[in-house]
Amino acid sequence: MNNALVHEPFSPATATIAGLPAIVLFVLIPLVGLACFAWIMARRIVPLLHAAPDSRLQRIPQRILLVLKIWLGQWRQPRYMLAGVLHIVVFFGFLILAARSTQLVIAGFVNGFVIPGFGGAVYNVVKDIASTAVFVAVVILAVRRAFFKPARYAVPEQYGKDHTPEALFVLGLIATLMISESLFEGSILAAGGGTGTFLTLSWAFAQALHGVQTSTLATINLAAYTVHDLTFFFFLCFLPFGKHFHVITSLFNVFFMRLQAGNIKPVVYGITEAQLDGLQSFGVKKFEDFTWKNMLDFYSCVDCGRCSDRCPANRVKRPLSPRFISIKARDYAFEHYPLFGKASGNGTPLIGGIYSEDEIWSCTTCGACEEECPVGIEYIDKIVDLRRGMVDEGMVPQSLQKPMSALEKRGNPWGKLEKNRAQWTAGVGDGVPVKLVEKGATAETLYFVDSITSYDDRMQKIAQATARVLNKGGVDFAVIGKDEKDSGHDVRRFGEEMLFQSLKEQNTEAIKASEARSIVVNDPHALNALRNDYADMPPVQHVSELIAQQAGSGKLKFKPVADPSKTYTYHDPCYLGRHNNTYDAPRTAIDCIPGLKRVEMKGNCRDRSFCCGGGGLMLFYEPEEEQRMGVVRVEQARQAGADVIVTACPYCLTNIEDAIKVAGLEGKMEVLDLVELVDQHVQS
Amino acid sequence: MEILVCVKRVPDSAENEISVAAGGADIRRDDLVYSVNEWDNYAVEEAIQIAERAGGNVTVVSVGADAEEVVRREMAMGAGQGVLLNDAAFEGSDGLGTATILKAAAQKNKYDLILTGAQADDGAGQVGGMLAALLDWPYASLVNRIEEKEGNQLRVGREIEGGSQEVSDIELPCVLSIQTGINEPRYVGLRGIRKVASVEIPVLDASALGVSADAVGAAGAKVKRVDYFVPEIGAGAEMIEGSTEEVATKLVDLLKAKGGIK
Repeated sequence: MNNALVHEPFSPATATIAGLPAIVLFVLIPLVGLACFAWIMARRIVPLLHAAPDSRLQRIPQRILLVLKIWLGQWRQPRYMLAGVLHIVVFFGFLILAARSTQLVIAGFVNGFVIPGFGGAVYNVVKDIASTAVFVAVVILAVRRAFFKPARYAVPEQYGKDHTPEALFVLGLIATLMISESLFEGSILAAGGGTGTFLTLSWAFAQALHGVQTSTLATINLAAYTVHDLTFFFFLCFLPFGKHFHVITSLFNVFFMRLQAGNIKPVVYGITEAQLDGLQSFGVKKFEDFTWKNMLDFYSCVDCGRCSDRCPANRVKRPLSPRFISIKARDYAFEHYPLFGKASGNGTPLIGGIYSEDEIWSCTTCGACEEECPVGIEYIDKIVDLRRGMVDEGMVPQSLQKPMSALEKRGNPWGKLEKNRAQWTAGVGDGVPVKLVEKGATAETLYFVDSITSYDDRMQKIAQATARVLNKGGVDFAVIGKDEKDSGHDVRRFGEEMLFQSLKEQNTEAIKASEARSIVVNDPHALNALRNDYADMPPVQHVSELIAQQAGSGKLKFKPVADPSKTYTYHDPCYLGRHNNTYDAPRTAIDCIPGLKRVEMKGNCRDRSFCCGGGGLMLFYEPEEEQRMGVVRVEQARQAGADVIVTACPYCLTNIEDAIKVAGLEGKMEVLDLVELVDQHVQS
Repeated sequence: MEILVCVKRVPDSAENEISVAAGGADIRRDDLVYSVNEWDNYAVEEAIQIAERAGGNVTVVSVGADAEEVVRREMAMGAGQGVLLNDAAFEGSDGLGTATILKAAAQKNKYDLILTGAQADDGAGQVGGMLAALLDWPYASLVNRIEEKEGNQLRVGREIEGGSQEVSDIELPCVLSIQTGINEPRYVGLRGIRKVASVEIPVLDASALGVSADAVGAAGAKVKRVDYFVPEIGAGAEMIEGSTEEVATKLVDLLKAKGGIK
């Protein structure tokens, strides 16, 4: 007998159970199963129909590519190698076995049914291997969950009970499916004298059942079939009750995932900035203020804990764990939109309900969670929307009210005088004139300095170094001066949309008036604001990109490193790296310095960079935390063997400089900005 | 409960570089930004919270030609009504003059409770007490806790010397001056201010208030400011040097020696 998929000599469709035709049962199980599933899904969709609008149908080809890469290609899975590879096995096993399970179900009432193309020897070998591989993977996963208990699956007390029983239960269901399918196959093989695919489960069952009476084999076959049929439909209906909902939703969630990094969703999709004043309410206050995609995110959360494992806020024990932003909202949806009875989304506030104020303020919007999520769940937009809701209700910590008020009145969070904005230019040095737009100058390139680099004593050195490096590279540049306002980058991300709009309007006007044809910045937050939050700006470049270009073209030449005994490492600022995908230019710029030894913070660099503690208004926020993020970062640099941390963001510099002091590593570790390093080593 | 809160527009010390103007009797005002006096902001928040708990209305009142922006901001915070008191004759009022103007405004309506800030960034902390005296109402200063009681009374807590707390019952109507820290004032953003941008705010002048022009303003002022100066930096500052541990140890010793800590 060959390996082709056959049902002979047994057929569930013609079998009898206790003298009655089994076909009745095998028609009933799928009917009831599908009816239940349809009902559950219909109820699960209800909250999405009450949700805020979302715009997710643009750039379909790009979306299809994302589905091919992230969903079908399981692209992000191997970032956690063991769990990732095991998931890939189970995922492809499920895809392969979908055809097998479907034809098994139909074979219960259509004698010997096969889906055309899925009845041959090749598919039969493939599905035998698949079910065996899935079974093995499931056993390893269960052992891992039950005995090795990876830390990221733990449920901290404040978030409720442990989720291990649910995980083990589902793994048990999958194992049952694999065993029953293989036993069904094995009993047929044993009856027909076949062997099946060597070393697979069905082969093992065929071996074990060899020589057993045909009538017994028939009973075993029918029992295996029945167990498979029942388990299959039970599992299908169980999926929408927990983290395995992702089996259904992840395809859609990935298709609808965000296409662009760095940006923030509008207050309401379809409402222009000019119409904002007409809105009754701002942001997310109650569950139904979330968009339907937000809700699909909640349904899709796999509870894998990768987001929280990479979340710097969670790492330093701030009261935020992105995983539970999703899980708590999902549980809220299940509770308030039940399967039976009236949906009671009664508009209770989320803040003070499932979320706390500090939880939502704790996020630095670094984007590590979104980078990691294997199913494309978004967090930053939700956090910002929740903050918009809090700002609208006046729930803003006192520590943030002062800088916000100063931003409104003076255009910078410290309330410094506008006329002193370009005071740093006095320290640039002889022979390097800095043109000022406030004095009527124009230039090809505008250097947008932003608040911290303009006013902070230490950060002014970055501005001065930037001016010198631009000058060396022969860039015709100017600085706006008193009419430059804070970019508002973090004002927007802290939920004060109207203040952001006001700052954006003032800057847009000042930038247009400067007549510059390109913009250069040293602050990645300013880069991100001008590039992704503002509209109709000239091209914006981070100074590291410009330096890398000019080093490449020979416009900038470098002296050998001043102190060759030191080891350097580069810290990727979130808003340069993850949000603007610039990882190589700063490294290229550093590596241009002859003799400089640079190491990577392996596992914590590039798109896995660990946030320094956050920029903009986060400098003013007083979080509950056990440790500073910057201290963790400095420790990572030290473990990589570095004594100098080079960064490319004034906020990173501030936080890391403080962290070195807090960690008591003054004299052992130092930090400086990339432009300062370049400024020290560029040949005159 | 009908609550009146008196607020003042002041140059915010956090957002200005304050320097003495030529002549010495005022600060330089050409590049200042203004805001609601911080203490008054707490008073308005407290009034809103009392009205939310016990029912009633909150009215915000301010004296001065440019006070509209602060009244509007406090209305955006949640005060139901605003009143502006403005007249050329009010300019240059001393504390008693300001209290006289406010007294007249307070008597335009039947208020159960009047709140003021304990002091102003640029003030002398006198208006609350004077207003109570002029109205012949009971007064509690530096209040940092308010509870409504049965029988037309409030129970108020006051911070007294050394951080201790004093608790008193006070009969309504009364005047309370509010200390910062009594609550956490809610945030008012541009959106909130725009929402109340078109609300009418009545302006009352001297005749509408029935205030005699010579009793208030520069004409009626019996206290006149003659000088402002920045004190010279004297001797007595001591820089403690050494490692962090050494500095901390020396500081503790010094504080103990001088009686700062026991």
